[in-house]
Amino acid sequence: MGWAIALHGGAGDIPLSIPPERRLPREAALRHCLHVGVEALKAQNHPLDVVELVVRELENHPNFNAGRGSVLTTSGTVEMEACIMDGKTKKCGAVSGVTTVVNAISLARLVMEKTPHIYLAFDGAEAFAREQGVALMDSSYFITSENVERLKQAKEANRVQLDYTQPLSKDEKKQTLTADGDSQIGTVGCVAVDQHGNLATATSTGGFVNKMVGRIGDTPIIGAGTYANNLCAVSATGKGEAIIRGTIARDVAALMEFKGLSLEEAAAYVVEAAPAGTVGLVAVSATGEVTMPFNSTGMFRACATEDGLSEIGIWHSSQN
Amino acid sequence: MGGWAIAVHGGAGIDPNLPTEKQEEAKLLLTRCLNLGISALRSNLPAIDVVELVVRELETDPLFNSGRGSALSENGTVEMEASIMDGPKRRCGAVSGLTTVKNPISLARLVMDKSPHSYLAFSGAEAFARQQGVELVENEYFITEENKGMLKLAKEANSILFDYRVPIAGLESCTAVAAAVDSPLQMNGLPISIYAPETVGCVVVDSQGRCAAATSTGGLMNKMSGRIGDSPLIGSGTYACNLCGVSCTGEGEAIIRGTLARDVAAVMEYKGLGLQAAVDYVIKERLDEGQAGLIAVSKDGEVACGFNTNGMFRGCATQDGFMEVGIWN
Repeated sequence: MGWAIALHGGAGDIPLSIPPERRLPREAALRHCLHVGVEALKAQNHPLDVVELVVRELENHPNFNAGRGSVLTTSGTVEMEACIMDGKTKKCGAVSGVTTVVNAISLARLVMEKTPHIYLAFDGAEAFAREQGVALMDSSYFITSENVERLKQAKEANRVQLDYTQPLSKDEKKQTLTADGDSQIGTVGCVAVDQHGNLATATSTGGFVNKMVGRIGDTPIIGAGTYANNLCAVSATGKGEAIIRGTIARDVAALMEFKGLSLEEAAAYVVEAAPAGTVGLVAVSATGEVTMPFNSTGMFRACATEDGLSEIGIWHSSQN
Repeated sequence: MGGWAIAVHGGAGIDPNLPTEKQEEAKLLLTRCLNLGISALRSNLPAIDVVELVVRELETDPLFNSGRGSALSENGTVEMEASIMDGPKRRCGAVSGLTTVKNPISLARLVMDKSPHSYLAFSGAEAFARQQGVELVENEYFITEENKGMLKLAKEANSILFDYRVPIAGLESCTAVAAAVDSPLQMNGLPISIYAPETVGCVVVDSQGRCAAATSTGGLMNKMSGRIGDSPLIGSGTYACNLCGVSCTGEGEAIIRGTLARDVAAVMEYKGLGLQAAVDYVIKERLDEGQAGLIAVSKDGEVACGFNTNGMFRGCATQDGFMEVGIWN
């Protein structure tokens, strides 16, 4: 028993050869966000507040695909989505299609606490944001020059892949995957448990590069990208369509609940059952366990527990 | 292999004062939809085509809350959503915030078949609809006089019960609210007579054991613009895998929290329960205080339904000749 926290900055095809100027700022951000979360837990903040706080930090960091630094849609715009859930009450809130809200995760929290609904999207979510008086910014705040370039590359590489009327050749697929190499399908998330066993999860994303306008991924969908109950809290990342299909976050909890598996067994089972290269997740249990499995090349991740474990990683442990 | 089976629903939670002729109308529609599905199954259409076909019929008829006859948002407009899932490969498609697409379920199918994504919403979904050339109509097509009246009533009742900006005081000053407080039957805080719970759905297993599920709705009467409910969410309102197909209806927020549709499959998969036992378990254990219902079929040709409301518009049939249409508990 004791508190535990885990966070991620996206899973995907992160090449081992990623240059230091891309790797180091992200590692520093993970370290910083972990520190913020650990201090908040030590100060007895509720896990719901902790995951919101940590995801806000991750959203504000331009190197991760959420909030500032979100990747661009095929129209060159930003459409962010986020979701938050409290384990004990299973109360939850979600937003999609947010274009001006600085911290989408905090708007999701407001949907949970201040509306009779769970999920608001697009214009309705923006109108709610204005009504609630959350911090808003022009879309130029969210769009980084790196992501403008990324969209350009994705469009060149993707032209054929996204045009579903034509078959996809292997070479083109390869080109797409290596077009940039990091954070293309990234997402940020955080899970936390306090020493009383209170659990919470939060996930936030810009989606993926060159997505169709209006596309909703796994992040805001309770049970897919985000889920918490009284046993565990889970935040997933990777290929949205695979995560939705696999109801990844709920399945970790369902395996614990219905099959009696441990957190680590349940999470490993779910990630192994998903197609290779599509899924990563971070999870904590009510008893303070933590696990961070992924079946992609890498996952930007960090975790800490009350009994002194502290870890930051990108690739599988032998490669870090 | 137990042959084909089909179930349809038109929503859980029913006004106990629903006029008899409305009840008859609902039963006729459910029967017509069942027969449509049965004919398609006898013609060996795959399950995924049958659920789409049946839900199109339910959307096109104005009786239930989907497609034409959808409940109205607080702005008096219609914002429809739907999802569909094919069991064998767990392929799925979903749409939200549709305002001009005559049959949302068919657009969800196109998202599944013709886009790289699983879920498109609002203007992006409408743009996709235009690009795919599906049938479009003016928003007025979906709006019925009856629903205009219901929205008015809902606004009177809701202005206090639902509006979080207004403190709950002076409840007795509003007749609709007084009725709501008096009435034991409420869903999402609304008296059931104006709640419009009639989401539609269909689940099918074909004679080859392939399961599919489809759900479509206009959502909650007087909902905030942009509100997404359980119907388009894979795992909540709709789910299908190689074991079963499930479509849910009722209080959306409770269904989402309970990931109700996936949980029927999950207790079969991880707990080893049979279909009806799984449905009963989920209705009992996964809804907390929420009110909802669901229909389900298994790969072995079983059919089941469950609800903790006073009733659910439903019908089901199996290959061995069983057929049933019901409303009340």
